[in-house]
Amino acid sequence: MPTKKNGRADRAELRSRLRPSATFPRDVIAEIQRAADTGIYDIRGFGAKRRVPCFDDLLFLGASMSRYPLEGYREKCGTGVTLGTRYASKPLELKIPVTIAGMSFGALSGPAKEALGRGATLAGTSTTTGDGGMTPEEREHSELLVYQLLPSRYGMNPDDLRRADAIEIVVGQGAKPGGGGMLLGQKISARVAGMRDLPEGIDQRSACRHPDWTGPDDLKIKIQELREITNWEKPVYIKIGAARTFYDTTLAVKAGADVVVLDGMQGGTAATQDVFIEHVGIPTLPALRQAVEALQEMDMHRKVQLVVSGGIRSGADVAKALAMGADAVSIGVAALIALGDNAPAFEDEYNALGSSAGYYDDWHEGRDPVGISTQDDELAARFDPELGGRRLANYLNVLTLETQTLARANGKSHVHNLEPEDLVALTIEAAAMAGVPLAGTGWIPGRGTF
Amino acid sequence: MCGIVGLFAKNPDFEAELGEHFALMLREMTDRGPDSAGFAVYRDAVPFGQIKLTLLAPEGFFWPDFEAALHSAFDGIERFALHGNHAVVVTGVWLADLAEWLRAGFPQLRVLSSGGAIEIYKEKGLPERVIEHFNVAAMSATHALGHTRMATESAVTTEHSHPFSTGEDLCLVHNGSLSNHNRLRRELEKRGVRFATDNDSEVAAGYFTWRLREGDTLEQALARGMHDLDGFYTFAIGTRDGFAVLRDPIACKPAVIAECDDWVAMASEYRAIAMLPGAASAKSWEPEPGRIYSWSH
Amino acid sequence: MTQVFDLAAHSTRELNQTLQRPNGGSTIEQWRVIHPNGAHNLAVGIDAPSRIDIEGHVGYYCAGMNKYAHITVHGNAGPGLAENMMSGLVRVTGSASQYAGATAHGGLLVIEGDASSRCGISMKGIDIVVHGAVGHMSAFMAQRGRLVVCGDAGEALGDSLYEARLYVRGTVAGLGADCVEKSMKDKHKREVEQLLAEAGISDVDGAEFRRFGSARELYNFKVDNAHAY
Repeated sequence: MPTKKNGRADRAELRSRLRPSATFPRDVIAEIQRAADTGIYDIRGFGAKRRVPCFDDLLFLGASMSRYPLEGYREKCGTGVTLGTRYASKPLELKIPVTIAGMSFGALSGPAKEALGRGATLAGTSTTTGDGGMTPEEREHSELLVYQLLPSRYGMNPDDLRRADAIEIVVGQGAKPGGGGMLLGQKISARVAGMRDLPEGIDQRSACRHPDWTGPDDLKIKIQELREITNWEKPVYIKIGAARTFYDTTLAVKAGADVVVLDGMQGGTAATQDVFIEHVGIPTLPALRQAVEALQEMDMHRKVQLVVSGGIRSGADVAKALAMGADAVSIGVAALIALGDNAPAFEDEYNALGSSAGYYDDWHEGRDPVGISTQDDELAARFDPELGGRRLANYLNVLTLETQTLARANGKSHVHNLEPEDLVALTIEAAAMAGVPLAGTGWIPGRGTF
Repeated sequence: MCGIVGLFAKNPDFEAELGEHFALMLREMTDRGPDSAGFAVYRDAVPFGQIKLTLLAPEGFFWPDFEAALHSAFDGIERFALHGNHAVVVTGVWLADLAEWLRAGFPQLRVLSSGGAIEIYKEKGLPERVIEHFNVAAMSATHALGHTRMATESAVTTEHSHPFSTGEDLCLVHNGSLSNHNRLRRELEKRGVRFATDNDSEVAAGYFTWRLREGDTLEQALARGMHDLDGFYTFAIGTRDGFAVLRDPIACKPAVIAECDDWVAMASEYRAIAMLPGAASAKSWEPEPGRIYSWSH
Repeated sequence: MTQVFDLAAHSTRELNQTLQRPNGGSTIEQWRVIHPNGAHNLAVGIDAPSRIDIEGHVGYYCAGMNKYAHITVHGNAGPGLAENMMSGLVRVTGSASQYAGATAHGGLLVIEGDASSRCGISMKGIDIVVHGAVGHMSAFMAQRGRLVVCGDAGEALGDSLYEARLYVRGTVAGLGADCVEKSMKDKHKREVEQLLAEAGISDVDGAEFRRFGSARELYNFKVDNAHAY
């Protein structure tokens, strides 16, 4: 028994004898206790926290006797991407193969949305609206803005459709394929309520299916309607959460998409049930392979562009995604972290919220001390959109430089020339999912031989 | 996802031109289903004691050898007609005997339909192509059901196209997507229903065949199906004498029905009905969810 | 002077380009559109107070995202009639398929025949007046605006309703989650009569309607309401 004198040592000795359960580890026990306390499922932001096979399990081969690298600086490595070449008369020209994913005003504060626009514009890329509609700040500060059409249709109107540079029809997102948007009362401020035609302070209930079409046969007609309203100028993207990706990609193409946006299970959200985030959807790695296969089978690879999101963190991820066949990637959580989310400077305030810098995911509560995932005016005022924009631009710059470094090392003068044969896998799962051989062998599980 | 169409002659005088109008209906649904098309046509009813089969062969199949083998194996082959890679066989031979002989000797042939009046044709490619290939516009029939396919979860092959027939003179076309068909398929297989594909619509067809075999009327089978089949659907089912239409209780997949003195028509979109003679003055309505609509001669 | 547009001779693309934002300021354009034959996306995205008569049946999304225009369909309409309308008037003399008036923010939609399922789904400020019946799941998640049904309403009326006001004269097959009947006061009767007058319906009395609205029990999550989700 611990005595007062040797309390600490005795407690340490006690802990060294305790054996945790793999079936009921501490966090699972805590969750069951929380459920019994409250009677409601756990809701949080962020993406899937558990480890799944991902780009970390792939490596580039680099240069060798048979493959020569490019010199940095002098020997160019192009990074430009054009999105929306299939039908639109005004496709989007991006300077870098990284875009900012849809995140709503409502989930994020006004200054945060402004910062995303500023940073993306400095870097020569696009941002995307989210559930709730287009804010003037975002349109003003984003040179290229993609406007989402979601099941809720909050704030949808033809003027914003015509002001947008592209239209993204959201069928699903990686964190919750089959789920609708979620925004709780503490973030339904007067302004958000006004934009969404909801009473202030209530919990927004969400539709998970679109209100006026069901299935790709109907979607085809809906896309034509949007094109008719916008004079066939703007690219139409279809965003899907990774589920039955091969078929979903095929159907998106058949329904008439210019661009397919694929969000893997690691993709973030502002607020969803934890069970949904962790247990529905497949990882970005196999989804990406399936999407590329589907496009190639229809002879549509590079004709319908593919943008991939869900756990993109570094230029290595960008380069690997491009090598597997994506035209571009999209970042959400990473962009927020670049803006300042989970910054160590706010550790004390995170502690006061029951969390810690690097762990904070209660974005649905709207009490973010950094001022990003909140609607509280005081908190939001802490966030400097110009500084945030600069930070995002810095991060996008690093992603691009890293991608170019890896591309040059593999002998490519444009990042789109990266290919699956430049990659190998460290694990059997990743080899099977990505369709690349296990490093040092010729083996792709399911095909080929040792 | 797809387009479905159905046309039923109320007035016998309309039968001669049924194919002509049906062809236009099918083509109008191309946007909803550009991958493949298929149709069931009920015509040239055979005398009592005989049965009509439609067979589908793979590309490059040599029919003359097959025809010779058929004649030498069986007496009583009344008719053998070729339409591209489909053959229509009319015979007095027991269906069970013939089916077993086919399975043993010609496993690459698929029996698309069997019955007294039904013929089923399906082909990959645009509906336009299918219509021309089988000369649908020249057909005279009592009723016909058709389907244009945009493949969802199974492959684009001719076998995967609708209509599916798992019973005599019975066929089904489906717009929508079932969600519990895999488990249901395994259960039906245990009850002796055979499936040729992994297609969800084929499971629905198999389910109705089973129920009818168990003695249900078509209405009873459909009512039970509403309980046992999960997902989104507009079904059009063809029988010897007519057809039935059913939408699931959520009723998100579209359906329009129109009726006048000469005909009854159903389609996924009104524009497939718009060009029928008398469409402008026909009564048109949307079938209610979970309600069985049927017509028969 | 009424102009005529023949869809048998010209495409939907040309129709919409012609109608969307007409040149010239002061006169309100008048159009007759003939031979629609069930085509989709007719008269979508219009942004001018034109008067448009479409003679025949239309397919999906007719008058989608309409602003200011007065559009009449002389026939039946397919799914999504006047979806996301912002303002103006859309009328159909026959029946409308599902999702009529879906997510619309303003204006008036008049359906002289029946509306199918999900009429007024997610409505955000539009007024819808239906002379006939509406199908199941009508006014699903309806946020703002008014729905007046002179005939019957199908199952699950007003499921997950927010602040839209629903008035039904016929029978209601069933109410959706959090939708309850509320009292009809004089001001409600007047509201119905005003909408009926705007819709040009005079064979029906405002006093015969019942009012339905949100019980507001689902506005903030309570564990005891879990079964409603």
